[in-house]
Amino acid sequence: MEIYKADVVIVGGGGAGLRAAIAVAEADPSLRIALVSKVYPMRSHTVAAEGGSAGVKQASDSLEYHFNDTVHGGDWLCEQDVVEYFVAHCTEELTQLEHWGCPWSRTPDGHVNVRAFGGMKIERTWFAADKTGFHMLHTLFQTSIKYPSIKRFDEHFCVDLIVEDGRVQGVVAIEIASGEFTLVEARSVVIATGGAGRVFRENTNGGVVTGDGMALAYRHGVPLRDMEFVQYHPTCMPGTGLLFTEACRGEGGFLVNKDGYRYLQDYGLGPAEPTPRNKAMELGPRDRLSQAFWYEQQKGRTIEGQHGSVVHLDLRHLGEQKLRERLPQIYELAEQFMGVDPAHAPIPVRPAVHYTMGGILVDGRCAAPLPGLFAAGECSSVGIHGANRLGSNSLSELLVFGKVAGVEAARHARAVAAGDSTRLLKQAQAVEQRVVGLKTKSGGSERIATLRKEMAQTMEDGCGIYRLAETMQTTCDKLDELKDRFRNVNLEDKSSVWNTEWLLAIELEYQLDVAQSMACSAINRRESRGAHQRLDGFEQRDDVNFLAHSQAHYVAGGPPRIDYGPVRITKSQPGTRAYGAAGEKAEQERKASNV
Amino acid sequence: MSDMQKTIEIEVLRYHPEKDKEPHRQVFEVPFTDDMSVLQGVQYIKDYLDGSLSFRWSCRMAICGSCGMMINGIPSLSCQTFLRDYYPARVRVEALAHFPIERDLVINMEGFIEKLESIQPYIIPKEERTLAQGEYLQTPEQLNAYEQFSSCINCLLCYAACPQFGLNSSFIGPAATALLHRYNVDSRDGGKAERMELINSEEGVFNCTAVGYCSEVCPKHVDPANAVNQNKTNSAADYFLRFLAPKGGAK
Repeated sequence: MEIYKADVVIVGGGGAGLRAAIAVAEADPSLRIALVSKVYPMRSHTVAAEGGSAGVKQASDSLEYHFNDTVHGGDWLCEQDVVEYFVAHCTEELTQLEHWGCPWSRTPDGHVNVRAFGGMKIERTWFAADKTGFHMLHTLFQTSIKYPSIKRFDEHFCVDLIVEDGRVQGVVAIEIASGEFTLVEARSVVIATGGAGRVFRENTNGGVVTGDGMALAYRHGVPLRDMEFVQYHPTCMPGTGLLFTEACRGEGGFLVNKDGYRYLQDYGLGPAEPTPRNKAMELGPRDRLSQAFWYEQQKGRTIEGQHGSVVHLDLRHLGEQKLRERLPQIYELAEQFMGVDPAHAPIPVRPAVHYTMGGILVDGRCAAPLPGLFAAGECSSVGIHGANRLGSNSLSELLVFGKVAGVEAARHARAVAAGDSTRLLKQAQAVEQRVVGLKTKSGGSERIATLRKEMAQTMEDGCGIYRLAETMQTTCDKLDELKDRFRNVNLEDKSSVWNTEWLLAIELEYQLDVAQSMACSAINRRESRGAHQRLDGFEQRDDVNFLAHSQAHYVAGGPPRIDYGPVRITKSQPGTRAYGAAGEKAEQERKASNV
Repeated sequence: MSDMQKTIEIEVLRYHPEKDKEPHRQVFEVPFTDDMSVLQGVQYIKDYLDGSLSFRWSCRMAICGSCGMMINGIPSLSCQTFLRDYYPARVRVEALAHFPIERDLVINMEGFIEKLESIQPYIIPKEERTLAQGEYLQTPEQLNAYEQFSSCINCLLCYAACPQFGLNSSFIGPAATALLHRYNVDSRDGGKAERMELINSEEGVFNCTAVGYCSEVCPKHVDPANAVNQNKTNSAADYFLRFLAPKGGAK
């Protein structure tokens, strides 16, 4: 076993992990940073984010507006003090990215341009064409090369945390190219491993998005918070689930049903107007748009396609020139993957799983209840997204809270003493033995792909856009069965070098734990809020009983224990969540009553 | 669905350093639909036919840069190359040319990472600016000067296409040169003089013999050949200017 002595180890080399690493390096250049990532950092899934990143930019905008949009959009399940901190730091972080070279799209006079996004009152989404995540990730990765204190462990797969004396003190990782194990000792551990969307069948996520860090923290007793809130993005490619950014609608695209009718006006989002109006119609929030699709499908007003029902994302009226300039990647995706020229034909789309609102429970300083453990980005639940995330808040989140996590991890590392290396090594060796055992055991008969496929199908069946107790129960039972069958998994590949079958098995085990936390949290929330919508007698939001964060606690050998924590409200009392003309009326009433 | 399931043959170059002395070919028969990518074909093999096949992939949408392979001898992203373009003939997939194979379709890309690290791929500010002062102004024209070169996804298809890199793996090569150029021509950057030392060195742009195949295979229209050629001019100008100005001529 290799041993590397770091001060701070960061697991995950996407946007949040890289931002955290840079923050540690800038906070204290003497701290040794280990950045452990199962892929080269620029392969991380931040790369696929398209539309943009939110931060107040225009004189007509305000932090209060961004706060209100975020809290209302989250159906009041947000930690409001954390949202206040978030909106106050987005613009500074986006400017920092600009100084580091991010190619933000510009206005003719050279300022950073902003575009409209769903659920946002004023245009505040900074963008780099429709490849914002790609540019942010490469900017962060390339900038991180400046800092000699960041030691990267590229293509190292994290298999466990080392917890000793009641605090986390390192991680164990497999070097993928050799199959050898490394113990990285550290006084602070930052988890930044991204979401878990791959537990669902049809999703926008890359293959790496398997909830690894969530499962690691969870198994060490850290609760996973608000896991029932899984975002369906309304405009995705049928079959593959690949994403057509919300910016398509921010730039003025329409969603129409089989009759060419802009059906969103039937779901409290109207009136339909020829040009985009913020917080209305196609610029409504994602949960509402995906739900409207579901109803259109029930009414038989969708179009039948090779991969299920679709509606049309119509961009034709924007013209080829604007599409090539503002949405070049979307243009190519439609052309190359679907044979559709979006300047001349509408793009067939349907909702697909996109984002996990919940995650590792952390406070506003990104600290988990386990001392020494921090988390940032999609894997974490710092509390800004509530029951539904607004598009373009997650890229800003990974900057703002990536930095916070790094600063806090650095502070913690300086404040505590190093652990007893002998005992850490002993634990790491036990981890190695267990993980190697999964590969070398014989006699199993279950195929990884079969289990993974059944998991993804049951999650879609039970935890989709609309949910019923009966189907959620079926999903919970199915996950129990799959965890049981996993013990009988068979690996054909017993070798060491680049044994990706072995890694897939470990990922599947992570996914089953995370899926279970989602399904069990969902069945216990007997109300409808944001992305969690029920049709079995709990159709309304219930602030009396469920204005509360769910917390899933890991239980070895069984389903998780679910309890609830308070929601911090500072200045926005729960109210009616409305969009379109109804939303404007509600806002006027709110203002009038506040006078 | 009364038709027999259509199938297609995928021939894969296999190599396992723990078992094989040299690479060998293996043919798999995979169910075929007309919307399947080559990546999906290879994934089918791993999931249902042979779990020991190793390859990199992630985003499935030509932006993460992981899944480059030689497909019928042409460097390609397997996620945006479709089986229908070969059906009913057999498709041949191999690890990217010019790189050492770690296993099956997985190449060793450490050399590229070292090149990337060597070009100082970050803004070296022309003038310092605090966050409180806000963003640097950059007009759409100034953005345009480098945007294309910033679109490199590091997929390495251009290296697999480059005959000179095949002969001399220390050549800095197309993608790293494009990224170097990207920073040199960014209006916020003042680090060109430092970077030009590398360009003028033995590993620099004069290795290029202007074949242009790198730009042809680039899935993101980065046109690295253009960056290399601009730097040949820069480098030549720099060579003559160094006799006139102290510490290189680059400003």
